[in-house]
Amino acid sequence: MNARLARLVLRRIGAALCSLLFVVVAIFALTAALPGDVADMLLGQNATPDATQALRHALHLDQPLWLRFMHWCGGMLHGNAGNSLLTGRPVSEMLAPRLYNSLLLAGATTLVAVPLALVLGLACATWRDSVFDRVMTVLTLGIVSVPAFLIATVSVFVFAVQFRVVPALSDIRSIHSVGQFFLTFAMPVATLASITMAQMIRMIRACMIDVFSAPYMEMAVIKGVPPVRIMLHHALPNAIGPVANAIALSLSSLLGGVVVIETIFNYPGLAQLMVDSVMSRDVPIIQACTLLFCMTYLFLTTLADIVALASVPKGRGA
Amino acid sequence: MSGMTTGFRALRLPSLTPAQRVMGLFGFWLVLAVCGPFFAPYAPGQIIDTEVFAPLSHRHWLGTDYLGRDLGSRLLYAVRYTVLICTLSTAFSCGCGILLGIATTATPAWMEQVAGRLMDGILSIPSLLCALLVIAAFGDSLLALVLTLGVIYTPGAYRTSRALALRIARMDYITVAVARGEGALFIIWREILPNMRGPLLADVGLRFIYAVLLLSNLSFLGLGVQPPLVDLGSLVRENVLGLVYGSGAVILPTIVIGVLTVGINLVLDGTSRR
Repeated sequence: MNARLARLVLRRIGAALCSLLFVVVAIFALTAALPGDVADMLLGQNATPDATQALRHALHLDQPLWLRFMHWCGGMLHGNAGNSLLTGRPVSEMLAPRLYNSLLLAGATTLVAVPLALVLGLACATWRDSVFDRVMTVLTLGIVSVPAFLIATVSVFVFAVQFRVVPALSDIRSIHSVGQFFLTFAMPVATLASITMAQMIRMIRACMIDVFSAPYMEMAVIKGVPPVRIMLHHALPNAIGPVANAIALSLSSLLGGVVVIETIFNYPGLAQLMVDSVMSRDVPIIQACTLLFCMTYLFLTTLADIVALASVPKGRGA
Repeated sequence: MSGMTTGFRALRLPSLTPAQRVMGLFGFWLVLAVCGPFFAPYAPGQIIDTEVFAPLSHRHWLGTDYLGRDLGSRLLYAVRYTVLICTLSTAFSCGCGILLGIATTATPAWMEQVAGRLMDGILSIPSLLCALLVIAAFGDSLLALVLTLGVIYTPGAYRTSRALALRIARMDYITVAVARGEGALFIIWREILPNMRGPLLADVGLRFIYAVLLLSNLSFLGLGVQPPLVDLGSLVRENVLGLVYGSGAVILPTIVIGVLTVGINLVLDGTSRR
Protein backbone atom coordinates (compact mmCIF):
# COMPACT_ATOMS: atom_id res chain seq x y z
CA MET A 1 0.00 0.00 0.00
CA ASN A 2 1.17 3.48 -0.62
CA ALA A 3 0.08 7.08 -0.71
CA ARG A 4 -0.79 7.14 -4.40
CA LEU A 5 -3.21 4.24 -4.23
CA ALA A 6 -4.70 5.63 -1.01
CA ARG A 7 -5.33 8.94 -2.75
CA LEU A 8 -7.03 7.25 -5.70
CA VAL A 9 -9.21 5.17 -3.38
CA LEU A 10 -10.11 8.22 -1.31
CA ARG A 11 -11.06 10.12 -4.45
CA ARG A 12 -13.27 7.24 -5.55
CA ILE A 13 -14.97 7.17 -2.14
CA GLY A 14 -15.45 10.93 -2.40
CA ALA A 15 -17.16 10.52 -5.77
CA ALA A 16 -19.40 7.84 -4.25
CA LEU A 17 -20.35 10.20 -1.43
CA CYS A 18 -21.22 12.86 -4.03
CA SER A 19 -23.49 10.38 -5.78
CA LEU A 20 -25.02 9.46 -2.43
CA LEU A 21 -25.77 13.11 -1.77
CA PHE A 22 -27.47 13.38 -5.16
CA VAL A 23 -29.53 10.28 -4.41
CA VAL A 24 -30.54 11.58 -0.99
CA VAL A 25 -31.61 14.93 -2.44
CA ALA A 26 -33.53 13.21 -5.24
CA ILE A 27 -35.29 10.97 -2.74
CA PHE A 28 -36.14 13.88 -0.50
CA ALA A 29 -37.40 15.88 -3.48
CA LEU A 30 -40.12 13.25 -3.75
CA THR A 31 -41.78 14.60 -0.59
CA ALA A 32 -41.71 18.09 -1.98
CA ALA A 33 -43.05 17.03 -5.36
CA LEU A 34 -45.98 15.13 -3.91
CA PRO A 35 -49.28 16.90 -4.46
CA GLY A 36 -51.41 17.66 -1.42
CA ASP A 37 -50.58 18.14 2.21
CA VAL A 38 -49.41 15.18 4.27
CA ALA A 39 -51.12 16.58 7.37
CA ASP A 40 -54.48 16.76 5.60
CA MET A 41 -53.96 13.29 4.25
CA LEU A 42 -53.11 11.82 7.65
CA LEU A 43 -56.03 13.40 9.45
CA GLY A 44 -58.51 12.60 6.71
CA GLN A 45 -62.05 13.37 7.79
CA ASN A 46 -61.04 14.63 11.25
CA ALA A 47 -59.10 17.55 9.83
CA THR A 48 -60.03 20.65 11.78
CA PRO A 49 -57.88 23.70 11.08
CA ASP A 50 -56.40 23.46 14.59
CA ALA A 51 -55.53 19.80 14.30
CA THR A 52 -53.99 20.30 10.87
CA GLN A 53 -51.94 23.19 12.20
CA ALA A 54 -50.74 21.16 15.17
CA LEU A 55 -49.82 18.18 13.03
CA ARG A 56 -48.08 20.38 10.47
CA HIS A 57 -45.99 21.76 13.30
CA ALA A 58 -45.28 18.30 14.71
CA LEU A 59 -44.17 17.08 11.28
CA HIS A 60 -42.07 20.23 10.72
CA LEU A 61 -44.15 20.96 7.64
CA ASP A 62 -44.28 24.66 8.54
CA GLN A 63 -40.52 24.96 8.24
CA PRO A 64 -38.62 25.88 5.08
CA LEU A 65 -37.63 23.04 2.78
CA TRP A 66 -33.92 23.02 3.55
CA LEU A 67 -34.57 22.77 7.31
CA ARG A 68 -36.93 19.87 6.71
CA PHE A 69 -34.23 18.26 4.60
CA MET A 70 -31.75 18.54 7.48
CA HIS A 71 -34.33 17.07 9.87
CA TRP A 72 -35.01 14.23 7.51
CA CYS A 73 -31.32 13.44 6.99
CA GLY A 74 -30.75 13.57 10.74
CA GLY A 75 -33.61 11.15 11.29
CA MET A 76 -32.26 8.79 8.62
CA LEU A 77 -28.83 8.81 10.26
CA HIS A 78 -30.42 7.72 13.54
CA GLY A 79 -32.36 4.99 11.77
CA ASN A 80 -35.58 6.94 12.20
CA ALA A 81 -37.21 7.07 8.77
CA GLY A 82 -40.56 8.35 10.01
CA ASN A 83 -43.88 6.58 10.15
CA SER A 84 -45.80 4.89 7.38
CA LEU A 85 -48.59 7.11 6.10
CA LEU A 86 -50.83 4.09 5.73
CA THR A 87 -50.38 2.07 8.91
CA GLY A 88 -48.79 4.69 11.16
CA ARG A 89 -46.15 2.21 12.27
CA PRO A 90 -42.47 3.24 12.25
CA VAL A 91 -40.88 2.58 8.87
CA SER A 92 -37.82 0.91 10.40
CA GLU A 93 -40.06 -1.59 12.19
CA MET A 94 -41.85 -2.47 8.96
CA LEU A 95 -38.63 -2.68 6.97
CA ALA A 96 -36.48 -4.82 9.27
CA PRO A 97 -38.04 -8.27 8.62
CA ARG A 98 -38.41 -7.47 4.92
CA LEU A 99 -34.80 -6.40 4.64
CA TYR A 100 -33.73 -9.70 6.17
CA ASN A 101 -35.83 -11.65 3.65
CA SER A 102 -34.51 -9.65 0.69
CA LEU A 103 -30.91 -10.04 1.82
CA LEU A 104 -31.51 -13.78 2.10
CA LEU A 105 -32.82 -13.91 -1.47
CA ALA A 106 -30.12 -11.64 -2.87
CA GLY A 107 -27.38 -13.45 -0.95
CA ALA A 108 -28.50 -16.88 -2.10
CA THR A 109 -28.69 -15.62 -5.69
CA THR A 110 -25.23 -14.06 -5.52
CA LEU A 111 -23.78 -17.28 -4.14
CA VAL A 112 -25.22 -19.21 -7.07
CA ALA A 113 -24.77 -16.65 -9.83
CA VAL A 114 -21.25 -15.24 -9.35
CA PRO A 115 -19.20 -18.48 -9.36
CA LEU A 116 -21.30 -20.01 -12.13
CA ALA A 117 -21.08 -16.87 -14.26
CA LEU A 118 -17.32 -16.67 -13.73
CA VAL A 119 -16.80 -20.25 -14.87
CA LEU A 120 -19.19 -19.98 -17.82
CA GLY A 121 -17.87 -16.57 -18.90
CA LEU A 122 -14.28 -17.83 -18.77
CA ALA A 123 -15.26 -20.96 -20.70
CA CYS A 124 -16.99 -18.88 -23.38
CA ALA A 125 -13.95 -16.66 -23.81
CA THR A 126 -11.51 -19.58 -23.82
CA TRP A 127 -13.41 -21.59 -26.42
CA ARG A 128 -14.48 -18.57 -28.37
CA ASP A 129 -16.71 -19.22 -31.41
CA SER A 130 -17.10 -22.89 -30.48
CA VAL A 131 -20.55 -24.49 -30.41
CA PHE A 132 -20.64 -24.02 -26.65
CA ASP A 133 -19.85 -20.32 -26.97
CA ARG A 134 -22.49 -19.83 -29.64
CA VAL A 135 -25.18 -21.58 -27.63
CA MET A 136 -24.28 -19.48 -24.58
CA THR A 137 -24.30 -16.29 -26.64
CA VAL A 138 -27.77 -16.98 -28.00
CA LEU A 139 -29.02 -17.99 -24.55
CA THR A 140 -27.63 -14.95 -22.73
CA LEU A 141 -28.64 -12.55 -25.49
CA GLY A 142 -32.14 -14.01 -25.31
CA ILE A 143 -32.33 -13.62 -21.54
CA VAL A 144 -31.02 -10.06 -21.42
CA SER A 145 -33.40 -8.95 -24.13
CA VAL A 146 -36.64 -10.12 -22.56
CA PRO A 147 -38.19 -8.56 -19.46
CA ALA A 148 -37.55 -10.23 -16.10
CA PHE A 149 -41.17 -11.11 -15.53
CA LEU A 150 -41.24 -13.14 -18.73
CA ILE A 151 -38.60 -15.55 -17.49
CA ALA A 152 -40.30 -15.77 -14.12
CA THR A 153 -43.80 -16.41 -15.50
CA VAL A 154 -42.59 -18.93 -18.02
CA SER A 155 -40.63 -20.85 -15.39
CA VAL A 156 -43.61 -20.77 -13.02
CA PHE A 157 -45.69 -22.16 -15.86
CA VAL A 158 -43.22 -24.93 -16.63
CA PHE A 159 -42.00 -25.99 -13.20
CA ALA A 160 -44.87 -25.15 -10.87
CA VAL A 161 -47.95 -25.55 -13.06
CA GLN A 162 -46.95 -28.23 -15.55
CA PHE A 163 -44.56 -30.41 -13.56
CA ARG A 164 -45.54 -29.35 -10.04
CA VAL A 165 -42.02 -29.86 -8.71
CA VAL A 166 -41.81 -26.57 -6.82
CA PRO A 167 -44.40 -24.30 -5.22
CA ALA A 168 -45.47 -21.30 -7.32
CA LEU A 169 -45.45 -18.92 -4.35
CA SER A 170 -42.63 -18.53 -1.87
CA ASP A 171 -44.32 -18.81 1.49
CA ILE A 172 -41.22 -18.56 3.64
CA ARG A 173 -43.21 -18.91 6.86
CA SER A 174 -43.90 -22.54 6.05
CA ILE A 175 -40.23 -23.51 5.99
CA HIS A 176 -39.58 -26.17 8.61
CA SER A 177 -36.77 -28.21 7.13
CA VAL A 178 -33.73 -27.86 4.93
CA GLY A 179 -35.49 -29.59 2.05
CA GLN A 180 -38.39 -27.17 2.21
CA PHE A 181 -35.93 -24.30 2.32
CA PHE A 182 -34.39 -25.38 -0.96
CA LEU A 183 -37.76 -26.05 -2.59
CA THR A 184 -39.14 -22.67 -1.59
CA PHE A 185 -36.11 -20.76 -2.74
CA ALA A 186 -35.46 -22.82 -5.85
CA MET A 187 -37.72 -20.88 -8.21
CA PRO A 188 -37.01 -17.28 -7.19
CA VAL A 189 -33.28 -17.89 -6.88
CA ALA A 190 -33.08 -19.78 -10.16
CA THR A 191 -34.93 -17.11 -12.14
CA LEU A 192 -33.10 -14.24 -10.48
CA ALA A 193 -29.77 -15.99 -10.95
CA SER A 194 -30.40 -16.63 -14.63
CA ILE A 195 -31.19 -12.95 -15.23
CA THR A 196 -28.09 -11.81 -13.35
CA MET A 197 -25.85 -14.45 -14.84
CA ALA A 198 -26.82 -13.63 -18.43
CA GLN A 199 -25.57 -10.06 -17.93
CA MET A 200 -22.45 -11.21 -16.10
CA ILE A 201 -21.49 -13.92 -18.59
CA ARG A 202 -21.72 -11.45 -21.48
CA MET A 203 -19.58 -8.88 -19.74
CA ILE A 204 -17.03 -11.35 -18.37
CA ARG A 205 -16.70 -12.91 -21.82
CA ALA A 206 -16.07 -9.50 -23.36
CA CYS A 207 -13.47 -8.63 -20.68
CA MET A 208 -11.63 -11.90 -21.05
CA ILE A 209 -11.57 -11.71 -24.85
CA ASP A 210 -10.12 -8.25 -24.45
CA VAL A 211 -7.39 -9.60 -22.16
CA PHE A 212 -6.73 -12.60 -24.41
CA SER A 213 -6.05 -10.34 -27.36
CA ALA A 214 -3.24 -8.52 -25.54
CA PRO A 215 0.29 -9.00 -26.94
CA TYR A 216 1.63 -10.53 -23.70
CA MET A 217 -0.93 -13.33 -24.02
CA GLU A 218 0.32 -14.17 -27.49
CA MET A 219 3.85 -14.05 -26.14
CA ALA A 220 2.95 -16.49 -23.38
CA VAL A 221 1.43 -18.89 -25.90
CA ILE A 222 4.44 -18.63 -28.18
CA LYS A 223 6.94 -19.32 -25.44
CA GLY A 224 4.98 -22.47 -24.60
CA VAL A 225 3.40 -21.72 -21.24
CA PRO A 226 0.85 -24.43 -20.37
CA PRO A 227 -2.81 -23.27 -20.80
CA VAL A 228 -3.68 -23.53 -17.10
CA ARG A 229 -0.68 -21.43 -16.16
CA ILE A 230 -1.55 -18.86 -18.85
CA MET A 231 -5.00 -18.61 -17.35
CA LEU A 232 -3.90 -18.30 -13.72
CA HIS A 233 -0.76 -16.21 -14.07
CA HIS A 234 -1.25 -14.13 -17.21
CA ALA A 235 -4.95 -13.72 -17.96
CA LEU A 236 -6.73 -13.66 -14.61
CA PRO A 237 -4.57 -11.13 -12.74
CA ASN A 238 -5.08 -8.66 -15.59
CA ALA A 239 -8.79 -9.28 -15.74
CA ILE A 240 -9.58 -8.77 -12.05
CA GLY A 241 -10.47 -5.10 -12.44
CA PRO A 242 -12.82 -5.31 -15.42
CA VAL A 243 -14.36 -8.54 -14.16
CA ALA A 244 -15.04 -7.05 -10.72
CA ASN A 245 -16.72 -4.15 -12.48
CA ALA A 246 -18.77 -6.48 -14.64
CA ILE A 247 -19.94 -8.40 -11.59
CA ALA A 248 -20.89 -5.24 -9.68
CA LEU A 249 -22.81 -3.84 -12.63
CA SER A 250 -24.70 -7.10 -13.10
CA LEU A 251 -25.55 -7.22 -9.41
CA SER A 252 -27.33 -3.94 -10.01
CA SER A 253 -29.55 -5.71 -12.52
CA LEU A 254 -30.13 -8.13 -9.65
CA LEU A 255 -31.63 -5.22 -7.71
CA GLY A 256 -34.03 -4.45 -10.54
CA GLY A 257 -34.79 -8.14 -10.96
CA VAL A 258 -35.53 -8.48 -7.25
CA VAL A 259 -38.41 -6.01 -7.58
CA VAL A 260 -40.11 -8.08 -10.27
CA ILE A 261 -39.30 -11.50 -8.84
CA GLU A 262 -40.52 -10.69 -5.34
CA THR A 263 -43.80 -9.46 -6.75
CA ILE A 264 -44.35 -12.50 -8.94
CA PHE A 265 -43.51 -15.05 -6.26
CA ASN A 266 -45.27 -13.03 -3.60
CA TYR A 267 -42.04 -13.08 -1.61
CA PRO A 268 -42.29 -10.86 1.47
CA GLY A 269 -39.20 -8.79 0.76
CA LEU A 270 -38.25 -5.14 0.62
CA ALA A 271 -38.98 -4.74 -3.08
CA GLN A 272 -42.51 -6.03 -2.81
CA LEU A 273 -43.15 -3.61 0.03
CA MET A 274 -41.79 -0.84 -2.16
CA VAL A 275 -44.04 -1.66 -5.12
CA ASP A 276 -47.06 -1.77 -2.81
CA SER A 277 -46.02 1.55 -1.31
CA VAL A 278 -45.67 3.17 -4.72
CA MET A 279 -49.23 2.08 -5.48
CA SER A 280 -50.54 3.56 -2.23
CA ARG A 281 -48.16 6.57 -2.38
CA ASP A 282 -46.75 5.74 1.05
CA VAL A 283 -43.83 8.14 0.72
CA PRO A 284 -41.73 7.42 3.85
CA ILE A 285 -41.55 3.75 2.97
CA ILE A 286 -40.67 4.47 -0.66
CA GLN A 287 -37.90 6.78 0.50
CA ALA A 288 -36.42 4.33 2.96
CA CYS A 289 -36.53 1.45 0.47
CA THR A 290 -35.00 3.48 -2.35
CA LEU A 291 -32.27 4.71 -0.06
CA LEU A 292 -31.42 1.17 1.03
CA PHE A 293 -31.32 -0.10 -2.55
CA CYS A 294 -29.27 2.84 -3.82
CA MET A 295 -26.79 2.57 -0.96
CA THR A 296 -26.30 -1.12 -1.70
CA TYR A 297 -25.77 -0.35 -5.37
CA LEU A 298 -23.32 2.48 -4.69
CA PHE A 299 -21.44 0.33 -2.19
CA LEU A 300 -21.08 -2.48 -4.74
CA THR A 301 -19.92 -0.28 -7.62
CA THR A 302 -17.49 1.60 -5.39
CA LEU A 303 -16.09 -1.65 -4.01
CA ALA A 304 -15.60 -2.95 -7.55
CA ASP A 305 -13.78 0.21 -8.58
CA ILE A 306 -11.50 -0.01 -5.55
CA VAL A 307 -10.73 -3.65 -6.33
CA ALA A 308 -9.97 -2.59 -9.89
CA LEU A 309 -7.67 0.20 -8.70
CA ALA A 310 -5.86 -2.07 -6.29
CA SER A 311 -5.39 -4.81 -8.88
CA VAL A 312 -3.46 -2.62 -11.32
CA PRO A 313 0.25 -2.43 -10.48
CA LYS A 314 0.41 1.03 -12.07
CA GLY A 315 -2.08 2.21 -9.46
CA ARG A 316 0.00 0.69 -6.70
CA GLY A 317 2.88 2.79 -7.92
CA ALA A 318 5.12 -0.26 -8.34
CA MET B 1 -26.27 -28.56 -55.59
CA SER B 2 -25.28 -25.36 -57.32
CA GLY B 3 -28.88 -24.93 -58.40
CA MET B 4 -29.91 -25.00 -54.76
CA THR B 5 -27.43 -22.35 -53.74
CA THR B 6 -28.54 -20.04 -56.51
CA GLY B 7 -32.10 -20.74 -55.43
CA PHE B 8 -31.24 -19.66 -51.92
CA ARG B 9 -29.34 -16.69 -53.18
CA ALA B 10 -32.41 -15.58 -55.11
CA LEU B 11 -34.44 -15.95 -51.93
CA ARG B 12 -32.06 -13.81 -49.93
CA LEU B 13 -32.97 -10.25 -49.15
CA PRO B 14 -31.35 -7.59 -51.28
CA SER B 15 -28.12 -6.68 -49.54
CA LEU B 16 -28.79 -3.87 -47.12
CA THR B 17 -26.38 -1.91 -45.02
CA PRO B 18 -26.67 -2.67 -41.29
CA ALA B 19 -28.15 0.77 -40.71
CA GLN B 20 -30.83 0.14 -43.32
CA ARG B 21 -31.68 -3.16 -41.66
CA VAL B 22 -32.12 -1.53 -38.25
CA MET B 23 -34.22 1.24 -39.69
CA GLY B 24 -36.24 -1.26 -41.71
CA LEU B 25 -37.09 -3.43 -38.73
CA PHE B 26 -37.86 -0.42 -36.60
CA GLY B 27 -39.98 1.09 -39.37
CA PHE B 28 -41.98 -2.13 -39.53
CA TRP B 29 -42.85 -1.87 -35.81
CA LEU B 30 -43.64 1.81 -36.14
CA VAL B 31 -46.03 1.18 -39.03
CA LEU B 32 -47.63 -1.66 -37.07
CA ALA B 33 -48.01 0.65 -34.08
CA VAL B 34 -49.60 3.45 -36.07
CA CYS B 35 -51.75 1.46 -38.52
CA GLY B 36 -52.31 -1.84 -36.68
CA PRO B 37 -55.31 -0.74 -34.58
CA PHE B 38 -57.21 0.33 -37.74
CA PHE B 39 -57.31 -3.31 -38.72
CA ALA B 40 -58.50 -4.50 -35.31
CA PRO B 41 -61.79 -6.37 -35.82
CA TYR B 42 -63.20 -5.28 -32.43
CA ALA B 43 -62.88 -2.31 -30.08
CA PRO B 44 -60.21 -3.08 -27.46
CA GLY B 45 -62.63 -2.79 -24.53
CA GLN B 46 -65.55 -4.63 -26.12
CA ILE B 47 -66.56 -7.89 -24.46
CA ILE B 48 -67.39 -10.18 -27.35
CA ASP B 49 -67.69 -13.62 -25.84
CA THR B 50 -68.92 -15.19 -22.64
CA GLU B 51 -66.06 -17.63 -22.79
CA VAL B 52 -62.95 -16.26 -21.07
CA PHE B 53 -59.51 -17.44 -22.18
CA ALA B 54 -61.13 -18.93 -25.27
CA PRO B 55 -58.73 -20.74 -27.61
CA LEU B 56 -58.02 -19.63 -31.16
CA SER B 57 -61.04 -19.75 -33.45
CA HIS B 58 -62.28 -18.25 -36.70
CA ARG B 59 -64.37 -15.67 -34.79
CA HIS B 60 -61.47 -14.36 -32.78
CA TRP B 61 -58.22 -15.46 -34.31
CA LEU B 62 -56.12 -15.20 -31.19
CA GLY B 63 -58.75 -16.20 -28.64
CA THR B 64 -60.18 -14.10 -25.83
CA ASP B 65 -58.71 -12.62 -22.67
CA TYR B 66 -59.75 -12.85 -19.01
CA LEU B 67 -62.94 -10.84 -19.60
CA GLY B 68 -63.84 -12.38 -22.94
CA ARG B 69 -62.42 -9.55 -25.05
CA ASP B 70 -60.78 -10.13 -28.41
CA LEU B 71 -57.09 -10.73 -27.78
CA GLY B 72 -55.98 -9.91 -31.32
CA SER B 73 -57.50 -6.43 -31.17
CA ARG B 74 -56.06 -5.77 -27.74
CA LEU B 75 -52.65 -6.96 -28.88
CA LEU B 76 -52.69 -4.47 -31.77
CA TYR B 77 -53.47 -1.64 -29.36
CA ALA B 78 -50.85 -2.88 -26.90
CA VAL B 79 -48.17 -2.81 -29.60
CA ARG B 80 -49.22 0.74 -30.39
CA TYR B 81 -48.71 1.98 -26.84
CA THR B 82 -45.53 0.05 -26.13
CA VAL B 83 -43.83 1.06 -29.37
CA LEU B 84 -44.98 4.68 -29.36
CA ILE B 85 -44.14 5.37 -25.70
CA CYS B 86 -40.73 3.79 -26.11
CA THR B 87 -40.04 5.59 -29.39
CA LEU B 88 -40.89 8.95 -27.87
CA SER B 89 -38.87 8.32 -24.72
CA THR B 90 -35.91 7.08 -26.74
CA ALA B 91 -36.13 10.17 -28.92
CA PHE B 92 -36.08 12.26 -25.74
CA SER B 93 -33.21 10.45 -24.05
CA CYS B 94 -31.05 10.21 -27.15
CA GLY B 95 -31.88 13.76 -28.24
CA CYS B 96 -30.87 15.22 -24.91
CA GLY B 97 -27.98 12.81 -24.37
CA ILE B 98 -26.42 13.24 -27.79
CA LEU B 99 -26.84 17.01 -27.80
CA LEU B 100 -25.30 17.33 -24.33
CA GLY B 101 -22.62 14.81 -25.13
CA ILE B 102 -21.47 16.65 -28.23
CA ALA B 103 -21.97 20.12 -26.81
CA THR B 104 -19.85 19.44 -23.73
CA THR B 105 -16.86 18.59 -25.91
CA ALA B 106 -16.75 22.25 -26.94
CA THR B 107 -18.07 24.16 -23.91
CA PRO B 108 -16.03 25.36 -20.90
CA ALA B 109 -14.79 22.66 -18.54
CA TRP B 110 -17.12 23.54 -15.70
CA MET B 111 -20.19 22.87 -17.82
CA GLU B 112 -18.84 19.45 -18.67
CA GLN B 113 -18.25 18.87 -14.95
CA VAL B 114 -21.81 19.87 -14.06
CA ALA B 115 -23.34 17.72 -16.79
CA GLY B 116 -21.08 14.79 -15.93
CA ARG B 117 -21.94 14.92 -12.19
CA LEU B 118 -25.65 15.18 -12.99
CA MET B 119 -25.51 12.18 -15.30
CA ASP B 120 -23.49 10.16 -12.76
CA GLY B 121 -26.12 11.04 -10.19
CA ILE B 122 -28.95 9.69 -12.34
CA LEU B 123 -26.87 6.62 -13.14
CA SER B 124 -26.33 5.90 -9.45
CA ILE B 125 -30.02 5.05 -9.03
CA PRO B 126 -30.85 1.67 -10.58
CA SER B 127 -33.27 2.29 -13.46
CA LEU B 128 -36.31 0.42 -12.17
CA LEU B 129 -36.03 2.10 -8.75
CA CYS B 130 -35.63 5.48 -10.40
CA ALA B 131 -38.79 4.84 -12.40
CA LEU B 132 -40.69 3.78 -9.28
CA LEU B 133 -39.53 6.93 -7.48
CA VAL B 134 -40.61 9.27 -10.29
CA ILE B 135 -43.94 7.52 -10.77
CA ALA B 136 -44.61 7.76 -7.04
CA ALA B 137 -44.06 11.51 -7.31
CA PHE B 138 -45.67 12.40 -10.64
CA GLY B 139 -48.19 9.64 -11.24
CA ASP B 140 -48.42 7.29 -14.18
CA SER B 141 -49.85 9.43 -16.97
CA LEU B 142 -48.51 8.66 -20.43
CA LEU B 143 -46.52 11.89 -20.48
CA ALA B 144 -44.96 11.07 -17.10
CA LEU B 145 -44.01 7.62 -18.37
CA VAL B 146 -42.39 8.99 -21.53
CA LEU B 147 -40.42 11.58 -19.57
CA THR B 148 -39.41 9.09 -16.87
CA LEU B 149 -38.08 6.58 -19.38
CA GLY B 150 -36.48 9.44 -21.28
CA VAL B 151 -34.61 10.87 -18.31
CA ILE B 152 -33.47 7.47 -17.05
CA TYR B 153 -31.71 6.61 -20.31
CA THR B 154 -30.26 10.05 -21.01
CA PRO B 155 -26.97 9.41 -19.12
CA GLY B 156 -26.24 6.31 -21.20
CA ALA B 157 -26.75 8.19 -24.45
CA TYR B 158 -24.71 11.09 -23.06
CA ARG B 159 -21.76 8.86 -22.21
CA THR B 160 -21.70 7.04 -25.53
CA SER B 161 -22.07 10.13 -27.67
CA ARG B 162 -19.52 12.05 -25.62
CA ALA B 163 -16.95 9.30 -25.99
CA LEU B 164 -17.58 9.22 -29.74
CA ALA B 165 -17.61 13.01 -30.11
CA LEU B 166 -14.38 13.42 -28.13
CA ARG B 167 -12.61 11.17 -30.60
CA ILE B 168 -14.02 13.03 -33.59
CA ALA B 169 -13.40 16.49 -32.13
CA ARG B 170 -9.66 15.79 -32.29
CA MET B 171 -9.82 15.11 -36.03
CA ASP B 172 -8.19 17.47 -38.49
CA TYR B 173 -11.36 18.21 -40.41
CA ILE B 174 -12.91 19.66 -37.24
CA THR B 175 -9.89 21.90 -36.76
CA VAL B 176 -10.28 22.96 -40.37
CA ALA B 177 -13.98 23.69 -39.89
CA VAL B 178 -13.25 25.76 -36.80
CA ALA B 179 -10.51 27.63 -38.66
CA ARG B 180 -12.95 28.26 -41.52
CA GLY B 181 -15.03 30.06 -38.93
CA GLU B 182 -18.04 27.74 -38.99
CA GLY B 183 -20.64 28.10 -36.26
CA ALA B 184 -20.97 25.55 -33.48
CA LEU B 185 -24.33 24.27 -34.76
CA PHE B 186 -22.95 23.74 -38.26
CA ILE B 187 -20.00 21.81 -36.88
CA ILE B 188 -22.22 19.59 -34.74
CA TRP B 189 -24.79 18.99 -37.45
CA ARG B 190 -22.63 18.69 -40.57
CA GLU B 191 -19.22 17.57 -39.31
CA ILE B 192 -19.57 15.62 -36.07
CA LEU B 193 -22.97 13.92 -36.25
CA PRO B 194 -22.59 12.32 -39.71
CA ASN B 195 -19.29 10.80 -38.65
CA MET B 196 -20.66 9.09 -35.56
CA ARG B 197 -23.87 7.85 -37.17
CA GLY B 198 -23.07 4.13 -37.20
CA PRO B 199 -22.12 3.52 -33.56
CA LEU B 200 -24.75 6.03 -32.49
CA LEU B 201 -27.50 4.13 -34.27
CA ALA B 202 -26.54 0.94 -32.41
CA ASP B 203 -26.69 2.87 -29.15
CA VAL B 204 -30.11 4.33 -29.93
CA GLY B 205 -31.42 0.86 -30.73
CA LEU B 206 -30.10 -0.43 -27.43
CA ARG B 207 -31.81 2.41 -25.52
CA PHE B 208 -35.05 1.56 -27.30
CA ILE B 209 -34.80 -2.05 -26.13
CA TYR B 210 -34.04 -0.93 -22.57
CA ALA B 211 -37.09 1.34 -22.68
CA VAL B 212 -39.31 -1.50 -23.91
CA LEU B 213 -38.03 -3.78 -21.15
CA LEU B 214 -38.45 -1.19 -18.40
CA LEU B 215 -41.91 -0.13 -19.58
CA SER B 216 -43.02 -3.76 -19.77
CA ASN B 217 -41.70 -4.45 -16.30
CA LEU B 218 -43.41 -1.35 -14.92
CA SER B 219 -46.71 -2.21 -16.56
CA PHE B 220 -46.41 -5.76 -15.35
CA LEU B 221 -46.03 -4.45 -11.81
CA GLY B 222 -49.18 -2.38 -12.38
CA LEU B 223 -47.29 0.93 -12.32
CA GLY B 224 -46.97 1.62 -16.03
CA VAL B 225 -49.73 2.09 -18.60
CA GLN B 226 -53.08 2.08 -16.79
CA PRO B 227 -56.43 0.66 -17.92
CA PRO B 228 -58.38 1.31 -20.11
CA LEU B 229 -55.19 1.83 -22.13
CA VAL B 230 -53.13 -1.27 -22.61
CA ASP B 231 -49.53 -2.07 -23.44
CA LEU B 232 -47.74 -5.38 -23.77
CA GLY B 233 -46.67 -5.54 -20.12
CA SER B 234 -50.12 -4.78 -18.73
CA LEU B 235 -51.61 -7.31 -21.16
CA VAL B 236 -49.45 -9.97 -19.50
CA ARG B 237 -50.37 -8.68 -16.05
CA GLU B 238 -54.13 -8.74 -16.51
CA ASN B 239 -54.11 -12.18 -18.08
CA VAL B 240 -51.58 -13.79 -15.78
CA LEU B 241 -54.27 -16.08 -14.32
CA GLY B 242 -54.60 -17.64 -17.76
CA LEU B 243 -51.14 -19.13 -17.25
CA VAL B 244 -52.80 -21.99 -15.38
CA TYR B 245 -54.85 -22.87 -18.47
CA GLY B 246 -51.94 -22.31 -20.81
CA SER B 247 -53.95 -19.49 -22.40
CA GLY B 248 -52.57 -17.58 -25.37
CA ALA B 249 -53.68 -14.39 -23.67
CA VAL B 250 -50.60 -14.45 -21.46
CA ILE B 251 -48.23 -16.28 -23.79
CA LEU B 252 -48.80 -14.22 -26.97
CA PRO B 253 -47.98 -10.78 -25.50
CA THR B 254 -44.80 -12.19 -23.97
CA ILE B 255 -43.85 -13.62 -27.35
CA VAL B 256 -44.48 -10.25 -29.01
CA ILE B 257 -42.21 -8.52 -26.47
CA GLY B 258 -39.58 -11.17 -27.10
CA VAL B 259 -39.82 -10.84 -30.89
CA LEU B 260 -39.60 -7.05 -30.64
CA THR B 261 -36.57 -6.90 -28.36
CA VAL B 262 -34.65 -9.97 -29.52
CA GLY B 263 -35.22 -9.01 -33.16
CA ILE B 264 -33.80 -5.54 -32.77
CA ASN B 265 -30.98 -6.88 -30.59
CA LEU B 266 -29.99 -9.42 -33.24
CA VAL B 267 -29.96 -6.83 -36.01
CA LEU B 268 -27.88 -4.53 -33.80
CA ASP B 269 -25.53 -7.40 -33.00
CA GLY B 270 -25.08 -7.77 -36.75
CA THR B 271 -24.15 -4.11 -37.13
CA SER B 272 -21.42 -4.26 -34.48
CA ARG B 273 -19.88 -7.40 -36.01
CA ARG B 274 -19.15 -5.69 -39.30
